[in-house]
Amino acid sequence: MEKDIVNIGKSVVIKGELNGSEDLTIEGHVEGTIQLRDHVLTIGPNGRIKAQVFAKSVIVLGEVTGNVTASDKVDIRDNGSVDGDIISPRVAIAEGAHFRGSVDMQRKGAPAQTQPKAPQPTAQPQEKSSSQGSQQPQPVRA
Amino acid sequence: MGLLDRLGPRRSEPEERPGRPATAAAEDPAFSTKALRKFLSSLTARESPILLDLGPVVGSNVSFFGEQLGCKIFVEDIFADIDRHVRGGKLEELPAFLKKRFPQVTNTVDGILCWDLIDYLDKASAAEIANELTRVLRPDGALLGFFGTAQAQVHNYTKYIISDEMTLKHRPYPAARGRQVTLLNRDILRLFSGLRVSDSFLLQNNLREILFRKPA
Repeated sequence: MEKDIVNIGKSVVIKGELNGSEDLTIEGHVEGTIQLRDHVLTIGPNGRIKAQVFAKSVIVLGEVTGNVTASDKVDIRDNGSVDGDIISPRVAIAEGAHFRGSVDMQRKGAPAQTQPKAPQPTAQPQEKSSSQGSQQPQPVRA
Repeated sequence: MGLLDRLGPRRSEPEERPGRPATAAAEDPAFSTKALRKFLSSLTARESPILLDLGPVVGSNVSFFGEQLGCKIFVEDIFADIDRHVRGGKLEELPAFLKKRFPQVTNTVDGILCWDLIDYLDKASAAEIANELTRVLRPDGALLGFFGTAQAQVHNYTKYIISDEMTLKHRPYPAARGRQVTLLNRDILRLFSGLRVSDSFLLQNNLREILFRKPA
């Protein structure tokens, strides 16, 4: 089944609140708030975002200024840029990406934006780690 | 809970790594670190530790500290700030800039990765940043710093990539200006006079590795 993906083109400028229930790719400019709670937001190479972003997954190839909250993953690709704080259980930042801000990787299942100072889970053997492939550090095991 | 218990559970599955070949990290030269393990131990002794990384963002380090140690990570790339001041011809403003650079509340940061930043700063800038790092570090918090031993005309910065708790890989990248100083041990101690030296090592690559702790 073909998946619907909406594209906001390079010449489009949006100021205000952007809500959606399908995957979205932005190549234009958006200022305000973007909410795609259960879907994937892609900021294309030409995309310029000054907004608070809430989505299931966020892929950044362009520029984002603002805080990004994702329930699944934030992926800053090569030449992608994020100036803001990231909250997401998985974060991948490519070599060549720009990032300035903080990263808070909530545990899966934790309530959004309200992570308590609870004790760390002692074991999550089934949980999938974030990307970065072979560059992922390899802790010494006892 | 021990350090190894904390590090153990979350092994990653291979996944896509955009923007860089998967083999690239393996090609970076590596060196053994003695202080990193102790630094990590200081973090894992805390719940949801706050980490301040003064170097350029390294995705795998973010994953390591965020996923495996449960850290909240602040990436504050001071090397980029140096470059910006050099290119703008505003180096004289760098000490004042660094004095206001850190928004973190006093005594709230559990660990600071200073890397080899101090080697690239002039005396005034180094003093300002040392004061600020001492301020934001919580009592018993840890700061890990590297200090060169030779006055080399190096015009590169270095990304340090955590391979494991005993090994760091390093990857040079261009710098707008080179190393400024080679500090004597006593100069380093004066610079961080608000901290105490917990461990100090001279590594085989002649890098001095110093772990500071803030007195409780």
